[in-house]
Amino acid sequence: MSGFTEELAGALALIFSGDAALWAVVGLSLQVSLSAVLIAAAIGMPLGASLAVFRFPGRGAVQVLVDTLMGLPPVVIGLMVYVILSRSGPLGVLNLLYTPTAMIIAQVILVTPIIAALTRQAVAASHEEYGEQLASFGLSPRAALATLIWEARPAIITALLAGFGRAVAEVGAVMIVGGNIAHVTRVMTTTIALETSKGNLALALALGVILLVLALGVTLAVRLLQGGPQDTRAIS
Amino acid sequence: MTRLRADNLSWSQGGRQILDQVSLSFAGLGPIFIIGPNGAGKSVLLRMLHGLLQPDSGAVLVDDRPLNMAARRAQAMVFQKPVMLRRSVQANLDFALNVAGRPASEAATWLEAAGLQDKVHQPAKSLSGGEAQRLAVARALAIGPKTLFLDEPTSALDPAATAHIEGLIARAVQDGVQVIMISHDIGQVRRLAQEVVMLHQGRVLETGPADVLMGAAERGETRAFVNGDLLV
Ligand SMILES: Nc1ncnc2c1ncn2[C@@H]1O[C@H](COP(=O)(O)OP(=O)(O)OP(=O)(O)O)[C@@H](O)[C@H]1O
Ligand SMILES: [Mg+2]
Repeated sequence: MSGFTEELAGALALIFSGDAALWAVVGLSLQVSLSAVLIAAAIGMPLGASLAVFRFPGRGAVQVLVDTLMGLPPVVIGLMVYVILSRSGPLGVLNLLYTPTAMIIAQVILVTPIIAALTRQAVAASHEEYGEQLASFGLSPRAALATLIWEARPAIITALLAGFGRAVAEVGAVMIVGGNIAHVTRVMTTTIALETSKGNLALALALGVILLVLALGVTLAVRLLQGGPQDTRAIS
Repeated sequence: MTRLRADNLSWSQGGRQILDQVSLSFAGLGPIFIIGPNGAGKSVLLRMLHGLLQPDSGAVLVDDRPLNMAARRAQAMVFQKPVMLRRSVQANLDFALNVAGRPASEAATWLEAAGLQDKVHQPAKSLSGGEAQRLAVARALAIGPKTLFLDEPTSALDPAATAHIEGLIARAVQDGVQVIMISHDIGQVRRLAQEVVMLHQGRVLETGPADVLMGAAERGETRAFVNGDLLV
């Protein structure tokens, strides 16, 4: 017990002393996951919105793909990206394996289906509520899409936060494609795994505390968005 | 003046005939009232006249041409349950003016018509039922429609709110807007209607000038409605 207290004290000391190694890892984590969410949003939001509103050939296949990718364990996604980026793989010439870019690619594949699926759900609800009114205003389905997304914004921001939460908490995929190389591809989760196995609990705990705070922040933000005073329909 | 025609409209869903060869012709401004019991097909007919639903057979004609996007843009509709965008009262009006290509400066007039001058910045979704319905009617009129459809605009309102909405409707007709509306309120039909269409089980039972139908309807169902009897 006193050992744990010591480790925790050491962890907090690392956090509040502004330990360079620690904050470099945190910085890379945020950089990788925020980039991934940004790219995933650029793909997933229009994709999800289109799936909600349009009937187009191949729509069913895209739905199945999105749902399948969403259910896939991250390590499998990591493995797929590894095979594609490895020296003998189709994109091996790009030399991306074991770089932050590879980790971003893996997280984009991980997060895009989540954002797409949640956006589809949100925009479908918004279409149900506003679709006829917007059609009555003389807007084509295409022209109405931006308004439908805008009306669904609390749920869509929730989707982005959920995507970020998933990305930053993921271990398996970034471990495989990033290689967990010190100062290069070491992020919070992979560092925790490594340092814990080495017995360096202070650093692992420090990162754990930071992830905990991040998770808490995301959860509070989602709650605020969903139960905010703006949404009078939250009650019914 | 718009000549709106329903030519043999039929529509079935799940093996049920919802509209059965409905033919109607509206040449005046009205107000034209569509009456009939719950489930008669009134809302479906209104959606079809506005181009939101396609008939299985038959056609909607505006000035003898099939209803197209341009003709639809000259129509506006207030739904049975008013739909407010998740924005302020002002922004809801601005949105309608913007899609109709009308100047934003016209919003003030419609805010006043709706009696919502002191609720300009309130989220439209937080308006009371009566306030929301006033905004919905004003927002529809702000588009500058030639034809306005209203689906039971006062069914959940108290007498004062009903009077306000009826005032907006009467003024719209004076300004040359053709009004086609659904109501279960026999008093309202007496106060406003020029023409009445009685719909029953997806068919037009009878139609004619309001004063004739209110006085001496041919069909028992219509007479029952006029007398305020419960038609079951
Ligand atoms: N999209 C739909 N799919 C299947 N059935 C429908 C659909 N829309 C309407 N109906 C059915 O068509 C019938 C007529 O509906 P409609 O809403 O036009 O009735 P109404 O005359 O407006 O009744 P009320 O006075 O209760 O509003 C109802 O039986 C309804 O269940
Ligand atoms: Mg109805």
